[in-house]
Amino acid sequence: MNPHLSLNPLTDLHQMTVYPFMVNALEAGTIVALMAAFAGWFMVLRRETFAGHTLSVMSFPGASGAALAGLPLSAGYFCFCVLGALVIAVSSRTEGRRNLTQESAVIGAVQASGFALGFLFLSLYGGILENLEALLFGSFLGITTTQVHTLGAITLGVLLFFLIAGRPLFFASVDEAAASARGVPVRLLHMAFLVVLGLAVAATAQITGVLLVFALLVAPAAAAQQLTARIGLSLLLSVAFALGIIWVGLTLAYFSDYSVGFYVATIAFGLYLVCRTARALAPRLSFGDLVRA
Amino acid sequence: MLLLPDSVSATLFAHEFIRNALLAGTPIALACGAVGYFVVLRSQVFAGDTLSHVAFTGALAAAAAGIDLRVGLFAATILVAALLAAVGDRARADDVMIGVVFVWILGLGVFFLDLFNRGVNGGNGSVASRTLFGSIFSLTSSEARLAALIGAAAAVAIAVIARPLLFATVDPLVAAARGVPVALLGAAFLIVVGAVAAEATQAVGALLLLGLVAAPAGAAHKLTARPYAALALSCVFAVGSVWIGIAAAYLIASLPPSTAIIGAAVAIYLAAFLASAEMRSAIILRHGEGTRTLVG
Repeated sequence: MNPHLSLNPLTDLHQMTVYPFMVNALEAGTIVALMAAFAGWFMVLRRETFAGHTLSVMSFPGASGAALAGLPLSAGYFCFCVLGALVIAVSSRTEGRRNLTQESAVIGAVQASGFALGFLFLSLYGGILENLEALLFGSFLGITTTQVHTLGAITLGVLLFFLIAGRPLFFASVDEAAASARGVPVRLLHMAFLVVLGLAVAATAQITGVLLVFALLVAPAAAAQQLTARIGLSLLLSVAFALGIIWVGLTLAYFSDYSVGFYVATIAFGLYLVCRTARALAPRLSFGDLVRA
Repeated sequence: MLLLPDSVSATLFAHEFIRNALLAGTPIALACGAVGYFVVLRSQVFAGDTLSHVAFTGALAAAAAGIDLRVGLFAATILVAALLAAVGDRARADDVMIGVVFVWILGLGVFFLDLFNRGVNGGNGSVASRTLFGSIFSLTSSEARLAALIGAAAAVAIAVIARPLLFATVDPLVAAARGVPVALLGAAFLIVVGAVAAEATQAVGALLLLGLVAAPAGAAHKLTARPYAALALSCVFAVGSVWIGIAAAYLIASLPPSTAIIGAAVAIYLAAFLASAEMRSAIILRHGEGTRTLVG
């Protein structure tokens, strides 16, 4: 059967849920979008976009290493992402403080070694490029029910972390020195946040691919923070945006010939542009810039 | 240059692909090292990363359109470099903007990959793999000569703007007050980074290139704070990584050259990291614990 997009959304939905793989993809996409929106919101606030990208890259050696060792791919994803998070957290601070110049060099080196290792594992494994493309740019075809359950459990953990540590983390992100003076364990929070980000990124990468994680991680949060400075509202908006991006992206990919990664990235970019323009046109929408405040 | 037995080095240089790899790799590494020093100093590693990934989209767009890959590579990286310079504040784009632009451009790359795989000349994925991970051993001698020329030109360009760029980076306000065109310099620098990224993509690939830009420069920044010494060290480390990588990949057949090159660069970075930690603790020992409480 060759699916066609019709004007009736009910028939479309019915067509999409005929195949179990598509149901799995929608479930996994929804779960991942929820988690990515939260983790991404804090990542954008803390200006750790580059770290996030590098953590997503770590899932590439993770997956190819797991394939080489004959382990389940998700195990590799999560191990390498958490490992990368720890390395970045430990080595990007001098004398207990964030050092931006050094941080970016460390992150760059971690990322390059991640890619180099991944490429090495891949050539040792003798893998086919077909898999490589899915790994790097995402695919919604092969998601199993077990994978959906794993993603669900991890999302629960990540959301729990933000529920407990969200407030101090926000304080530490906005003003690290003041938070530290008030006894907030800034260093520990930074490390914990990077590990959680690593988990979120590893989960997201299984749908969007290693290279396009940002579509769900950065774009919704950046767009939401353009529109409002109120914390709750912008978190909510960023969740809504992430869900919208993944749902529309999966639908379009299902009904057409092109990769889900392309759609997701393009929708995310468009959304960000619209929000930026909206903000430029209507300054009243903004209650002051949260990020630069 | 390398401590290899005579017999090994004789067979090493007997191969044309090795000579081509060295001919192209050395100037590319020189340019990467020079550009990298400033990229790290200006905290623009993420921008450099984006430009290297953009090279992938450019190459695939060219492949889908059936024109020379290099046209696509250079057009894409230079265009995006100009774009990043234009949207950025004082030619330093903020990382959220970069992140959003970058994911879209990679998404476009996937689109071109789809187009290409479905095209008349398509089907094999070697273009994607070659662009992403590079293959320094499969350069032809004319490609290697061109790469050498462009690498050398980029290195010269950096040498020319090094002094004002350093000034503009360390203290943009004072530099601007003294009549240094800070924004223009920033834009010119990003465009040079773009050109280097496009050229280096052919050697080490769009995904690994960052290692050759960030790791040697990061190591140099760790070891010395003197700008010109660090710039020179960064170039030496980058060229050394390429030489060691090529030799290692030649000796170990299953090791891809790109991995070997980046592996060497990261190893140098690690060594510098440990050495500088050693130096710092030596200073603390000498000056007593007082320094630590003061700084930390």
